[in-house]
Amino acid sequence: MARLFKVSATPHLRDATNIPTIMYSVVVALIPALIGAIYFFGLPALWITLLTVFSCVIAEGIIEKMSGKPLTIWDGSAIVTGILLAFNLSPGVSWWIPVVGGIFAIVVGKMTFGGLGYNPLNPALLGRVFLQQSWPVEMNASWTLPRGIPAIDAETIATPLTILKENIAVLKSSNALSDNIDAVINASGRLGDLQVSYMDMFVGRIPGCLGETSVMLLLIGAAFLLYKRYIGWRIPFSFVGTVGLLTWIFGGYEGFFTGPWLFHILSGGLIIGAFFMATDMVTSPITKNGRFVFGIGCGLLTTIIRLIGGYPEGVSYAILLMNLTVPLINRYTQPKVFGEVKNRV
Amino acid sequence: MAGTFSGGVHPDDAKLLSNNKKLITPAIPSIVILPVRQHIGAPSKIVVEKGQQVKKGQMVAEAGGFVSVPQHASISGVVKAVEPRLSPMGIKVQSVVIESDGKDEWAEGCNTERTVSSMSSDDMREAVKTAGIVGLGGAAFPTHVKLSPPKDKSIDTVILNGVECEPYATCDHRIMLEYPEKIVKGLDILKKILGCSNAYIGIEQNKPDAIKVMRNAVKDYKGVKVVSLKVKYPQGGEKQLIYAVTKRKVPAGGLPMDVGCVVQNVGTAMAVYEAVALGIPLIQRAVTVTGHGVKEPVNVIARLGTTFDQLIENAGGYTENVSKLIMGGPMMGISQFTDEVPVVKGTSCILAMEEQETVFSAELPCISCGMCVDVCPMHLLPTTIASMVEHERWDDAKSYHILDCIECGCCTYICPTNRRLVENLKFGKAKIAEIRAKEQAQKKAAEEKK
Repeated sequence: MARLFKVSATPHLRDATNIPTIMYSVVVALIPALIGAIYFFGLPALWITLLTVFSCVIAEGIIEKMSGKPLTIWDGSAIVTGILLAFNLSPGVSWWIPVVGGIFAIVVGKMTFGGLGYNPLNPALLGRVFLQQSWPVEMNASWTLPRGIPAIDAETIATPLTILKENIAVLKSSNALSDNIDAVINASGRLGDLQVSYMDMFVGRIPGCLGETSVMLLLIGAAFLLYKRYIGWRIPFSFVGTVGLLTWIFGGYEGFFTGPWLFHILSGGLIIGAFFMATDMVTSPITKNGRFVFGIGCGLLTTIIRLIGGYPEGVSYAILLMNLTVPLINRYTQPKVFGEVKNRV
Repeated sequence: MAGTFSGGVHPDDAKLLSNNKKLITPAIPSIVILPVRQHIGAPSKIVVEKGQQVKKGQMVAEAGGFVSVPQHASISGVVKAVEPRLSPMGIKVQSVVIESDGKDEWAEGCNTERTVSSMSSDDMREAVKTAGIVGLGGAAFPTHVKLSPPKDKSIDTVILNGVECEPYATCDHRIMLEYPEKIVKGLDILKKILGCSNAYIGIEQNKPDAIKVMRNAVKDYKGVKVVSLKVKYPQGGEKQLIYAVTKRKVPAGGLPMDVGCVVQNVGTAMAVYEAVALGIPLIQRAVTVTGHGVKEPVNVIARLGTTFDQLIENAGGYTENVSKLIMGGPMMGISQFTDEVPVVKGTSCILAMEEQETVFSAELPCISCGMCVDVCPMHLLPTTIASMVEHERWDDAKSYHILDCIECGCCTYICPTNRRLVENLKFGKAKIAEIRAKEQAQKKAAEEKK
């Protein structure tokens, strides 16, 4: 018999991109923000990140060993979950918070469903929300001031979003209660202080979760991922755009179209959420139009929570809630087949 | 602005291996194998017997219906056998095996010049039909069928496909460089047969020399335009090409003639010219023998029925690590387990790949990245449909337009978890066709009972 050749189905070529290339690119894209976090909040930022990453990776390894599945801890997805979870924690949390959060994110958020590809919710966000619901005091009482901001009153450190929400609430209610003049002046003054710090917010010199504060460094990483096409532009732009538009219309205390939209875009977890978490491949729609729907939905929910909900920040909940709608979005946003559809015989 | 379509992928085109190699004519093969099924449609009917003398260009099998073509002897010699032989489609097909007498004599009436200007369009169409011409881009659909549109469809545009979007393939590139006159004359004949005035020749931008040569060649012809197209696979897909050139969308489930277009490969145009003007039936074609698995990639004009191993010798033989042999390009080509199969009318490329090029990482669960959706030139949801096929949900797959899949393979190519998407879609299409056939048979049986 003559020489025999290998036989396989088409195509006989493959693109070199695989899960590790995508995941490690995300890691690379998050490194500027990590360096920024270490600069602004000191070494604790690094320790927290390492703790979440290690607990995520080890948790995944243990579960896979126990269930006799192939080990996937080197594909980089657990590392990404770890870093994103760390970026959602405040820099002053005690050591066990990141560990518990990392384990919960992986074990409940990912492995329970069967591992990467099967999880309906973003594991890092699920971890964060779990921590926030279980230990609200520990999660919220640990904000630290970033480098470059003089510590005036260490006890009243609050994120800009919290300040905004509280003071706008005061100003809105004070229209009816005119005897509250001191409070009004106080609140206006605080808001005035906030207005001048857009540059600080862009660079990251504000209190907040350790990886979410520097819009500039996050956008550098996001630009890299957009260039590599590992994230699309549809989700982040529609998400941020919706938040900007709605907060401009409804976010002010002097009537419609007076809201501090730029403030809303630059503050809180919007940028990291829109570019790094809402774009998570597994938990976002596969159709192009679906990605718009998803982004707009995230923006809508975020705005609702920020303006009228009980929390100052709503990005995490918005994304998690929208994650749950992904199968439905996919179903109703099927693209039109190339060539107009005609009745088949 | 270069024309293009939405979706598609950018594999390394690997054309440098062979795009500067002139077409060579190998020695006459000592033996040729001519299967009766080299085209889409009914198999041809063999009209010769074992032991019979045949000459080059003599018909050895007649068309088996309207959507079918005759086969012609590609060498002169003796019919050694009429028996099933392995074809590159992977199945055994009844074939005429001819042993060469070394004389290479033309059969009577072949290779005689005719005056095209005095021929009617029906004469020309008949000449194409009797010459056994099929689409030489790879699909091998009988050309005379495409040239006989039903009366209610008016054709206003002929598009020549010189895109050659499959990586590695360079045979169309070479014939455009070396035989531009024949191609343009063939296009003129196609225009006359269809009675239309508009014509385009679509060529990808990675062949600037071919664009230049063809532009020069069409200078004296009215209404013929050479269009440069973006380098993207599958730019040469029929529907994609029509859209890129004319911005017309072939309706889903429809044919190019529904939008007034007929698409022919540049090689087909050349064969049409040779058949109509020179009386030469389709007995040879340009083939690229290439890949890292052969020592010296070449472009050859091969007689139909030449076995692959003989052409591999023209390319300097295999390298040590050769592991895969493909008929056609790497995206849609059919992988062969042996090289003892003949060149057929649809063989544009013989590609030999080395071991390391054929190893892919294991298939993992879908991470719903949506890359397959982004690249699908037909705007389908490959991952969703593939899952439906895996779960045998045929009706759902149909409602997600599985039948519109053109099997280009972009989805499998791009998938970061290496899922075999197009494989599932092809399987699903075949299964649905099978179910439909079964249902129709049942219906018929039920009606007969009544």
